[in-house]
Amino acid sequence: MSADIDAGLVRPPLRRFSPARVFYRLFGTPLNAAISLGVLLALAFVVPPLLRWALWDATFSGTAQDCAARSGACWAFIGNKLRFILFAFYPPELQWRPALVVGLILGLIGFSLWPRLWSARLLVVWPLVLGLCWLLLSGIVVSPRVSSNQWGGLPVTLFVWSTCFAASFPLALGFALLRRSRLGLLRIFAVAFIEGMRATPMVAILYVAMLIVPMALPGGAFLDKTVRAMIMITLFWSSYLAEVLRAGLQTIPRGQEEAASALGLGYWRTMQMIVLPQALRVVIPGIVNLAIGFLLATSLLAVIGIFDILNAARAAAIDPQWLGFYDEAYLLVGVIFLLLCTAGSRYSRWLERRLAVASH
Amino acid sequence: MSRETAVPGLEKPGILARARQWVGPQPLAQGLACAGFLLLLVWLGQNTAQTMARIGVTPGFDFLSRAANFAIGEGVIPFSPGDPYFRAILVGLLNTLKVAVLGCVFATLLGVLFGVAGLSGNPLLRGIVRLYIEVVRNTPLLLQLFFWIAVAKAFPAPRQAIGIFDVILLSNRGVFVPSADPAALPLSAWLLGLVLVGAWVALMLVVRARRWPLSVSIFATLALLGALALLPLLGGAGAFSMPELKGFNIRGGAALTPEFAALLVGLSVKFSAAIAEIVRAGIQSVNRGQWEAARALGLGPGRIMRLVVLPQALRVITPLTTSSYLDLIKDSSLAVAIGYPDLVSVINTTANTTGQSFEALAILVGIYVVLNLFASLLMNIYNARVALRGGVAR
Repeated sequence: MSADIDAGLVRPPLRRFSPARVFYRLFGTPLNAAISLGVLLALAFVVPPLLRWALWDATFSGTAQDCAARSGACWAFIGNKLRFILFAFYPPELQWRPALVVGLILGLIGFSLWPRLWSARLLVVWPLVLGLCWLLLSGIVVSPRVSSNQWGGLPVTLFVWSTCFAASFPLALGFALLRRSRLGLLRIFAVAFIEGMRATPMVAILYVAMLIVPMALPGGAFLDKTVRAMIMITLFWSSYLAEVLRAGLQTIPRGQEEAASALGLGYWRTMQMIVLPQALRVVIPGIVNLAIGFLLATSLLAVIGIFDILNAARAAAIDPQWLGFYDEAYLLVGVIFLLLCTAGSRYSRWLERRLAVASH
Repeated sequence: MSRETAVPGLEKPGILARARQWVGPQPLAQGLACAGFLLLLVWLGQNTAQTMARIGVTPGFDFLSRAANFAIGEGVIPFSPGDPYFRAILVGLLNTLKVAVLGCVFATLLGVLFGVAGLSGNPLLRGIVRLYIEVVRNTPLLLQLFFWIAVAKAFPAPRQAIGIFDVILLSNRGVFVPSADPAALPLSAWLLGLVLVGAWVALMLVVRARRWPLSVSIFATLALLGALALLPLLGGAGAFSMPELKGFNIRGGAALTPEFAALLVGLSVKFSAAIAEIVRAGIQSVNRGQWEAARALGLGPGRIMRLVVLPQALRVITPLTTSSYLDLIKDSSLAVAIGYPDLVSVINTTANTTGQSFEALAILVGIYVVLNLFASLLMNIYNARVALRGGVAR
């Protein structure tokens, strides 16, 4: 029974909440009492000033002058600048388009999180929805066109993240399979690519997108900064994803491949029907964790001057009218990331348990 | 696959046969694919060369010895405008190494502390640690760095500097910490230090020969570091320099620039959360039954930790910590966003002032690849020792 509880198969019996037990666990032994008092003391130092800043002394509406008159947080700044932080320099009258993109991408992800709906259909839905997002943002179908230099805020963060992640998947699968294959020449190429990319910081990759890619294009050709960054980020992320996929491939015993080949299945059919379905399943929680890391990493776009949500928040706080409300701007962005990523990691843990139970 | 080697023959497979085995099936198709990729690279290279010719830049690394006419905010070695580019890059590299090494040390200290605190039986402490880890892990490092640099710039002027126990002074000119001047140390301190290091080396050799447990070396190393840190006391007041307010400025001690302090704090905090999770996972990976068995054998909690749990937990912790350290080294490149002159920042300036962006970025990538290989080599050696010490082959 206890082993079952450890393995997460059986819930431990619910114990009724009892104040006496809580008190014992907090103050039962001298050490515990000392720890609890220490933590409470620290909280007493930190929490009241924080509350005073965030609520009591805060300004909820008005102008920058009203904020300057009070010592607390300036939530009026968020109220005034929310639209800019979310959509940056996208033309205001067209902002329904990026808003729709945010909805589409969040919907796409919500749809993909449901294990029941996992099927080959996703391979069609993802490119379709992301393509639609591209058309909406750039205005190729619904005029007027909006240059990608004007894109900004949350839609850019979400779009770059989901598109690069989706595009890196087939590449990563190819590299992972090559790295495990018997094709010596191609294997060494895959190893060099993966290890080289993983040794390089993402900032350097973004600088390559900024400085080298325009030089390497044939004379006269030109790509927007955002597109160049997305190409390099896709290559960069595919090396990380390839390693996660390889870890999954390694959990499948070679004997299965040999058995499949004894049954007369070729390499591709073996992979498609036997190895990949099992291997992918093992690494789904790992892929989700990787995706969370990638979402956090999209904030690096700010380094090359793309207005992702973090950079938009910073730009909002350098507006001469509302100068210097960095704390409020960063807090808003922090909360958005915190919500998305915490939900993601909760989901990953839930999925891990579910997959573990299902495979028993 | 091993048909040649399976049959005992008169000759071993020759080098050619082994090469063919390494290449594997369909060498022609593989060769074609590689050739296609090389052609792509050549095409991209040609385009780059044409662009360089068009903007009037000569390819090559000659620019490294030309004078760099920019200033670098801070450095381990002095740099002034007019010094050659390679020196500028060296200054950037040393800055990166400085912040990365210190970051690894502080992140490990904080991470172990939080990792152990997160396993405490006290729900209040556990909850606080959990909250800290969740917030730090789930917000971008760049956001945290923006926050820390805003904090560092918001400190009062030196005259009203905030003192922490009068040891560290926080001001908008930088963070002032006590420093020890090696030149002012008396000879006796140097000798004692040498003796201590010698004793440590001797003890390590005995540990190795007698196969004493890992904990002995850990404690000996910690004791050595502690003793070395206290050595400047021998020099009396002269060897130590404490920061103090004199007139309008702070004298004495060592000044950390706001950028360096913000980057160091940001990296330490971000990676302390990652390491705390690793430490927690490592300790939890040791089966509960082992605690119970050790307790049944009459071992106290301290000895259970040292003799039973830690040696096994380290096998989980070491490889994961390695990749955290490598991530920290790479993420120190975010320095460029808050104005700390690290390697990436200097390379960027070099690329912009010379136009030799291809060569500059090639140097950058090369340096990071070497750094990574070196760091993972070191940790692999350590990892092999940890793995073998338990007597379990991997």
